[in-house]
Amino acid sequence: MSKTDVTRRGVLKTGAVAGTGLLLPTYLRAASHEGFTNAPTGDTVTLGFNVPQTGPYADEGADELRAFELAVEHLNGGGDGGMLQTFSSKALEGNGIMGKKVQYVTGDTQTKSDAARASAKSMIEKDGAIMISGGSSSGVAVAVQGLCQEAGVIFMAGLTHSNDTTGKDKKANGFRHFFNAYMSAAALAPVLNKLYGSDRRAYHLTADYTWGWTQQESIQAATEAMGWQTVNNVLTPLAATDFSSYIAPVLNSGADVLVLNHYGGNMINSLTAAVQFGLREKQVNGKNFEIVVPLYSELMAKGAGANIKGIVGSQNWDWKLENQMGARYSGTNAFVKSFGEKYGFPPSQAAQTCYAQTILYADAVARAGSFNPCAVAEALEGFEFDGLGNGPTSYRKDDHQCFKDVLVVRGAENPANEYELVEIVEVTPTEQVSYDPEHPMFAGGALGTCNPGA
Amino acid sequence: MDAILLQILNGLDKGSAYALIALGLTLIFGTLGVVNFAHGALFMIGAFCAVTVQRILNLSFETIDPSKTDFLGNPLKVQSPYVVEWFGADFGNAIIDWSVPIAILFAIPIMIFVGFAMERGLIKHFYKRPHADQILVTFGLAIVLQEIVKYFYGANPIPTGAPEAFRGSFDFGVLLGFDPNAIIYPYWRLIYFSFAAVIIGGVFAFLQFTTFGMVVRAGMADRETVGLLGIDIDKRFTFMFGLAAAVAGLAGVMYAPINSPNYHMGMDFLVLSFVVVVVGGMGSLPGAVAAGFLLGVLESFASMNEIKSIIPGIDQIIIYVVAIIILLTRPRGLMGRKGVMEE
Repeated sequence: MSKTDVTRRGVLKTGAVAGTGLLLPTYLRAASHEGFTNAPTGDTVTLGFNVPQTGPYADEGADELRAFELAVEHLNGGGDGGMLQTFSSKALEGNGIMGKKVQYVTGDTQTKSDAARASAKSMIEKDGAIMISGGSSSGVAVAVQGLCQEAGVIFMAGLTHSNDTTGKDKKANGFRHFFNAYMSAAALAPVLNKLYGSDRRAYHLTADYTWGWTQQESIQAATEAMGWQTVNNVLTPLAATDFSSYIAPVLNSGADVLVLNHYGGNMINSLTAAVQFGLREKQVNGKNFEIVVPLYSELMAKGAGANIKGIVGSQNWDWKLENQMGARYSGTNAFVKSFGEKYGFPPSQAAQTCYAQTILYADAVARAGSFNPCAVAEALEGFEFDGLGNGPTSYRKDDHQCFKDVLVVRGAENPANEYELVEIVEVTPTEQVSYDPEHPMFAGGALGTCNPGA
Repeated sequence: MDAILLQILNGLDKGSAYALIALGLTLIFGTLGVVNFAHGALFMIGAFCAVTVQRILNLSFETIDPSKTDFLGNPLKVQSPYVVEWFGADFGNAIIDWSVPIAILFAIPIMIFVGFAMERGLIKHFYKRPHADQILVTFGLAIVLQEIVKYFYGANPIPTGAPEAFRGSFDFGVLLGFDPNAIIYPYWRLIYFSFAAVIIGGVFAFLQFTTFGMVVRAGMADRETVGLLGIDIDKRFTFMFGLAAAVAGLAGVMYAPINSPNYHMGMDFLVLSFVVVVVGGMGSLPGAVAAGFLLGVLESFASMNEIKSIIPGIDQIIIYVVAIIILLTRPRGLMGRKGVMEE
């Protein structure tokens, strides 16, 4: 006869331990062997690409995904190698990452923070992604960056332009290659001064969310520093579609410049309304009325059509950069060739930043000799590189922001074809767009320490 | 004063879109008793009719220009529109330039067909079902339609310009004795408002002065009695669904130059249009039109800096605040009929 020693106290103890285990976040348990989350054990390593596949930025997300696919192909030794041929670091050998073949999973951010976190979480927990990259919104980037910090994986941000991403919301596990609102303003201000003079009165329309606020704050500070006055700043709802009632008051405000701190559909619609109301033909204070769009993208230019002609803004990168500005921007042509031959059209700046981020992550792993996120972060911090299309670039240790030249662009008056909607006006050197890590616009957060997740 | 007049004008063109969509919604609700959440999608399909016509007119043949290169350094492929080749540069380019007005002719049969297909293929099966079921199925249909459009046209807005002759703006203020540049108003928005007025007037005249319209109105008042007179009222109501779809579609075609069409634009208008219908009074055609213009103008006023400085964020909630006030004071809306949605 067997005897079972089941006591009430024993059952309670066992239950408490099991319950605690079940209550632990799944990602703290998921494959957290070898000292960090999702350490690759076989002959493959999985990357997670979290891009908007539905929603208003789905086209931008599709371009990001194309770039990610291309980067994975090149990392695994396929294709023509793209920017691996021009990249200053030679740690990658075209045999995956540290000999492990790269595979990837994708998630749909829907350009919604909660959906983006859910898809990133799923890729980390279910698919074993060791790095998350992509996205087309600062709100999404901040949310996913926070999740990656908690989960112990590296986040290589996609298109995010708010100062907050590497400012008050910066995280030790997060890295941003894309430029930010401060840099846009610093690059634009001297060009605006040159083009329109220092005696100007600006009226701002600003998208009412984190990116819009930091963009407006940055451009106002930069333009006021060179003598411009700010007449008004009107916050517009993100969901607004018809901006006529916001544009109409500009007519009699005494302003002679309209700054549209809008992105995507908001920018297309507000610019369209401004042009319809004749602002571009208007003369105020004895000067031609001007419109400025601080953050440009090729897809926005396409959506705005003829209205974009002559409008000045800034970009992180442009596919014509090496041809027009010289060999300093090497890597651009190699990437355009790889991308263009595979997909039939030139890549967007979102594609370039996502491609570069994937290569930079892989290279950091190879140089660190480990997939441990803390080793990777250490390899990226202070890393100086070249040949990825933006000229000499560095990842600053203090805030994980990349510093590189910024492009000032303008809508082409007579585009030679459907891909040349934007012309490069000037390239602003890195020194001019750099700032102190303690700059007030970036204050309020702490980088913290790297989390390996185990 | 000039700022107020300008916002009234802005409100009128915004209100025109609300009124046209709400008019169609009310026609469908008044005749078939269906709450059609896919109506915004019909507006969006109308706008994409304009995009489609623009693309058809821009259909091109390819020639190689060896003197130029593309972004990969290959000889440049030059696209030349067939209409320019067939009709010459002047007339061909004029046809392309007028693609939006031409799209009206294209959109009318397309939208009537879409309306018939929607009504016969899906919505008729839900006539006797609760309104909640109708809302669910039509909302689902709207999402399906917008995803289909996104699949073929992408998520990015597509610029669809007005004819060159109507692209500028005119100084409305000078006509009224104000200083130059005080009230600038775009030509196309004025055309949109006039177009909406003609369509609304046409629908009312059709219902008021034709035998067909009289039967439809009788059917709206008492469907059973009209049926007992031997009139196939269902057929007429199906036609009215097609007419409502055409009205929404035409509103979309003409709206394309105001805001570049995107697959989501129907949803942007849908909720506001339902508020318009409720404020105007369920089933009341004049109520829908009046509420459309009223809310459009109020929304414009709420966007004025002077108002926003007193009540921040009022521009985002004004329509809903007005809706609450009207429904509290007049539960049937501005011109609602007794007994509609009250059983």
